[in-house]
Amino acid sequence: MKSTIKLIAIIFTSGVLISSCKKNDTMSPTVYYEQQDQMGRPGINTVFVADVADKETFNVTTPSLMGAAFQSKFQARLSALNPGYTVNVLGLDNTTFTSVLATDVLNVSTTGPTKFFTSTTDYLTGRGLADDVIDNELTLIFGGSTGASNPGLTSDHVNANDKVFLTSFPYLASPW
Amino acid sequence: MKKKKMHIAAIVAAFLIVAGILYAADHIDAPTVTNQSTDITDLYVFRAQDPNNLVFVANSQGLASPGNTASLKFDANTLFEFNIDKDGDNVEDLVIQCKYDAASNKIQVYGPVVPSMVGTRSKLEGNMSAEVGVTPYGGSAIIGTGSTGIKVFAGPRDDPFFFDFNKYKEILAGMATGFANPGTDTFAGTNVLSLVVEVPKSLIGASGNINVWLEAKKKI
Repeated sequence: MKSTIKLIAIIFTSGVLISSCKKNDTMSPTVYYEQQDQMGRPGINTVFVADVADKETFNVTTPSLMGAAFQSKFQARLSALNPGYTVNVLGLDNTTFTSVLATDVLNVSTTGPTKFFTSTTDYLTGRGLADDVIDNELTLIFGGSTGASNPGLTSDHVNANDKVFLTSFPYLASPW
Repeated sequence: MKKKKMHIAAIVAAFLIVAGILYAADHIDAPTVTNQSTDITDLYVFRAQDPNNLVFVANSQGLASPGNTASLKFDANTLFEFNIDKDGDNVEDLVIQCKYDAASNKIQVYGPVVPSMVGTRSKLEGNMSAEVGVTPYGGSAIIGTGSTGIKVFAGPRDDPFFFDFNKYKEILAGMATGFANPGTDTFAGTNVLSLVVEVPKSLIGASGNINVWLEAKKKI
C-alpha cells in the first residue's frame, strides 16, 4: 500500500520533470535524487524511533525539522527504556536530552581532536572508528547522574572492533 | 478494514523484530532501505592522520559475510551525500557527493560545494573533485587523489562497528536483564561497502564546530 503510494508519487514526479523538459529540449534533463536513508549519530533511529512507520519518516525528515517532529516521541521512548530516568551524567533532564538527540546530526570539531565522548566536559567532537559509542550511549540512557546506575545496562562489554584499524588512509581495516 | 490492516501490520512488525531482524547503528533501520544500495550502516567523521584534514566515512550494505562480499556493488542510481552545516541551523551549507559511474567502475566525488538546493532532493553540484576505481574484494586499497588534495577510497572493508546487538534485543524483549560479560560482537567477521573521503579543512572553511549528517538518495 505504502509502496503503491510511493510509486504513484515517483511516476507523478517524473511526469512533471519530463513535461517541464519538453519546453527546453536542447538541454539534457537534470537528474534528481530523492532521499531514502540518513544518519548523524550512531543508533538514534534504531534506539529512539520505536514505530516502523516513524523509522521511515525519520529517514526522510531533514535535521532542521527533526526536533519538532520527534522530540516528544523520543522522550516517551526514553521513559519506556528507563522508567527511572531523571538526569544523566551530563546533567541533562529527559526533555533536554531528547531535544539534543532528536536532531540527528554529528557534531564535529574542525580545530581539535575528534571523539564521540571523552569526558563529561568534552564530548561530541566527532566519531572515530574505535569510539565505543554504544557504551557511551547506554551510559547516558541508563547510568543516571553518576553513570553508575543500572550497571548491567551501561556496557555491552564489547569494547573494541574485531580488526585493528590503519593509522593512514583509508583507515578502515581490510575486509574479512 | 483499515484497522484490521494496521493490526496485521503491527503483528508483522512485532514478529520481524522478535524474529531477529538486525537494526543497529543504522544497519537495516527501516523497511524501505533494507537490503538496498541506499541502506546506510554508519557515518564516521574524524581528524585525519594529517591534522589539517577531516575524514568522512559512509558505510552501507552491512552484515556481508566474507562469502557474499565480492558481490557487494555500488549502484549508479544511488547518491551518497555528506551534508555539512557550518552555522548551527542544521541546514546544509556544503555537500560532498559521491556517485558511482558504472561505465568506468569508479566513484566520483563532487564538492565540498555550496548546494543549489537543500533538503531531501538533490542534484549533482559543481564539478568533480576526485575519483577512484572501486577496490575489488581481496585487492589492495586503491586511493584516488584530486587536484584540491581530496583523497578517496571505495570498496569493501571490515565493518568497524561493534556491539552485542543480539543481547540488546534480548533485553528489549524481556528475555535478559542485562548484558553479558564478556559480550559477543554481533558484527564480528562481517563486511560493509565503504566510501572514505579525506578533505582538507581549508575546503570546508569552518573554524570551530560543524554538524554533519549522511544521506543516501535514489535517482528519480
